[in-house]
Amino acid sequence: MNPDWSLLAPEYILAGWAAMVISVDLFFGRVRKDYLAYLAALGALVAALVSLIYINDDKPFGALLQIDNYATFFRVFFCLIAFFTCLISARFVQERVIHAGEYYALILVTTIGGIYMAAAEELLTAYIGLELLSFSLYVLTSFLKFDLRSNEGGLKYMLLGAFSSAILLYGISLIYGVTGTTNFSEIAQALSGNNDDLRFPMLLGLVLIISGLGFKVAAVPFHMWTPDAYEGAPLPITAFISAISKSAGFALFLKLFAEGFMPVIDEWRWIVAGLAATTMVFGNLVAIQQRNIKRLLAYSSIGQVGFLMMGIAAISPDAASAMLLHLAGYVISNLAVFVAIIICYNQTGKENIDDFAGLAERAPFVAMCLGASLLSLAGMPLFAGFVTKFILFQAAANQDMLWLAGVAVLMSFVSLYYYLVVIKEMYLGQPEAPTRFPIVPLEYAALAVLTAGVFFVGLYPQPFFDATANATDLLFAGTSAASVSSGPPAP
Amino acid sequence: MDGNPILFIVVVLPTLAGLIMMAVPSPRYKEYIRWIATAAALPVCVLSLILFIMYDYEKSGYQFDMRWHWLSNVAFLGENGITLHLAMDGIGAPLVLLTGIVLLAGTLISWKIDYRNKDFFIMYFLMVSGVFGVFVAQDLFFFFFFYEVAVIPMYPLIAIWGASTDFGTFTRTKEYGAMKLMLFLVAGSVLVFIAIFATFVEAGLGTFDLQALEQVTYSEDFQRVFFPMYMLGFGVLAGMWPFHTWSPDGHVAAPTAVSMVHAGVLMKLGAFGILRVGMTLMPEGAEFWAPALMVLGTTGALYGAFSAMAQRDFKYMIGYSSVSHMGYVLMGLATLNNVGINGAVLQMFAHGVMTALMFSMVGAIYDQAHLRDMRLFEGLFQKMPRFAAFFTIAGLSSLGLPGLAGFVAEFHIFVGTFRTYPLFGALGIAAAAVTAAYILRMLAMAFFGPFNTRWSDLKEMNTFEMVGGGMLVAAILVMGMWPDPFLDRIAPSVLNLPVIS
Repeated sequence: MNPDWSLLAPEYILAGWAAMVISVDLFFGRVRKDYLAYLAALGALVAALVSLIYINDDKPFGALLQIDNYATFFRVFFCLIAFFTCLISARFVQERVIHAGEYYALILVTTIGGIYMAAAEELLTAYIGLELLSFSLYVLTSFLKFDLRSNEGGLKYMLLGAFSSAILLYGISLIYGVTGTTNFSEIAQALSGNNDDLRFPMLLGLVLIISGLGFKVAAVPFHMWTPDAYEGAPLPITAFISAISKSAGFALFLKLFAEGFMPVIDEWRWIVAGLAATTMVFGNLVAIQQRNIKRLLAYSSIGQVGFLMMGIAAISPDAASAMLLHLAGYVISNLAVFVAIIICYNQTGKENIDDFAGLAERAPFVAMCLGASLLSLAGMPLFAGFVTKFILFQAAANQDMLWLAGVAVLMSFVSLYYYLVVIKEMYLGQPEAPTRFPIVPLEYAALAVLTAGVFFVGLYPQPFFDATANATDLLFAGTSAASVSSGPPAP
Repeated sequence: MDGNPILFIVVVLPTLAGLIMMAVPSPRYKEYIRWIATAAALPVCVLSLILFIMYDYEKSGYQFDMRWHWLSNVAFLGENGITLHLAMDGIGAPLVLLTGIVLLAGTLISWKIDYRNKDFFIMYFLMVSGVFGVFVAQDLFFFFFFYEVAVIPMYPLIAIWGASTDFGTFTRTKEYGAMKLMLFLVAGSVLVFIAIFATFVEAGLGTFDLQALEQVTYSEDFQRVFFPMYMLGFGVLAGMWPFHTWSPDGHVAAPTAVSMVHAGVLMKLGAFGILRVGMTLMPEGAEFWAPALMVLGTTGALYGAFSAMAQRDFKYMIGYSSVSHMGYVLMGLATLNNVGINGAVLQMFAHGVMTALMFSMVGAIYDQAHLRDMRLFEGLFQKMPRFAAFFTIAGLSSLGLPGLAGFVAEFHIFVGTFRTYPLFGALGIAAAAVTAAYILRMLAMAFFGPFNTRWSDLKEMNTFEMVGGGMLVAAILVMGMWPDPFLDRIAPSVLNLPVIS
């Protein structure tokens, strides 16, 4: 069958744009480096807009990819993440990074990798997408080549990442051995039959796949690379990793388990639930002791991974859409936090929590946005975090996982403490210099847009929830309705 | 959106005023901010009074109903999944009025706040929006949404505008008070969260609408497991012993207007939550756990009273007295009979105005003297007669003098308690006796006797304090002498509660 090449237009745009950014940097070396940022951001935006053409399509690309609402949702989502990352990198890269062209090109390439992970219909395509994403991120993490922490972080990320890829591949090969296919829906068919003699290799394959993906999304106990990579990477890249690596990991996680492993849900559900509980407890408790804002956010993001994994443990059409909703809310809030931190870092060059003392005096708008987005991460009302967490936890409770929802609420309460500590520094601490920050219009605009997004999701989530529900509609179409209960029926 | 938007206006108006203030450049126009704040608080207060008067008590039930579909027909949410459903019943009516009065009084008293007063009023109004929301929300999601909206601004309000106190042997910083309060309250809401999830699953209606959830009969075991979660979770905010310790520390650290709203209104949210959510949804659970609630309430009443007896700091004394009075409210709820619950709701109002008045008066003297140790003041009556009179009225209402609001409320509670748990009724009256002792001793110590010339510079209250305090005094007197308007509204709604009928 001849694949329909036109289905991949957004990816062509991204790849072409990446080449163009490099060429511009190469041939017009005197172009101001921040123009490259705007150019790359424009490319991401164009790709996002082009992706919208495929809304409500449901077409296969060969047997490799499926361009449906799920893929479209993540295409737009990832492109927007890349857009904001490029935009807020402008000043940072201009001042601190050499090889700006490659930097922006790699961001766009990473986005392609993420999209393939979300759109993949079979394990090897997903794996290639994952490697594309990971390799670009390894390079980006160690981009500050004269900074030891950046090198250390990049190396650690790469070694552990390669290790986890190997584990994932071994898991894939075992599943292939058991089922004879790498296609998600065919795996489901093969697994729904009675195959007791192959139970052990299947279980081993499942465990290895869960561990491999656990590495990518930074679930405890596979999270060790996260704090160092976060701390070492250039700040905008930290933001980018926290957003795209996690969401792409979860996009694949959700799709694979919803379409492929649904028939053996009883085998893996408790594993994922256990990982989710450990992850949220560990991430949130360790975050309390952090003094560096990047490490704090690294551990807090681990905590958030625990919440998101709950959506996988409670897998069902409801939980899937709730998980995507929380993912969107989390990414918007987290990006807003990072934009605010980047603005401060560009000004002061410091990244400890104490260095935020008196930010409310020096940059009231930044402090307000940072405060709002931190409270959103903590799950406070008015902001995105409250409603998305509420829906996600309720979805878990609907699947008889009230205990997990209970742990999640408790940990969400713990997280409030360490976010409040940052807010306390900003509003109560004495600034070391009383001078105001200069206003950088573009960065402030990005911050304003993201913060508005935090409020928008928090106050009017219906369009977002509809979008995520549409995106996940077809995920469960292949699996028999009997194995999934879809929560309480509508009255 | 359909229905009567008046409740929505009351809930949103304070936040709207905050947004308007955001547009005012703060350092230069502090005076404008004050006027905007007052111009917003006044109509809200008037509206709350209008709501109280317009509430048709002969018809009873929920009135001023409005509904805005917020999140529906998606995933596990059905037709009315989460709606901004607002309505007020006879129990909500006096509490809405209370909030309006305390809001206006607090705004007037905060007139003299100078440091970043714009941010102060924004936070203050946001908190009050949340409080109004809780009293009128008919949707479990929004109930909890507003509940948390009322709690978050407490942190900056206390931590930024509060005061640290050095007690010689130890120091209580405002950051400590704020963080303690915040963590206690959010920890309490963890339990409520879990109980809400469980309720939604058990009901299986696909909606968070309280009136729909009320119709469901939950199994007895379910009620017995999850009622205590509501009881303890909301109980933390109600200052339930032994989870009350955030309350005195928080009151002491908070600025005057925040103490007023906090002790006057916010603590009522906890008791209101137990009544509106816990007891309404789970009457059998309430019946099963009522003795425990009674024990905790009575212990709180006694413990608070004895602790207040030991205090020399005005604010700590009032803080512990709040714990004691909220103990009465919980006792009233635990009686599960008509009279007792009526008393509990009356006590919420009575204690609200009384304690707000006390805190405003303490604020008035602290701002001049910068001290709150009652042993250092003597004979203030001679220097500041109006101030002392206001304080005395609040104190006498607190100890339950007939003719003042406190008496009406406590009388109902004690009658109700004697009908169900005579022993605890007796203990409650003992607590009232202790209250009389510490209040009268405080009055004797600070306000009467020979005048201490150290304080000859003290001035009488300013106009704003007088107007604000005067409103609260008026509320105490009206309710004390003419409780009918309150009882007419509360009693039929209490009769409708499933625990009673």
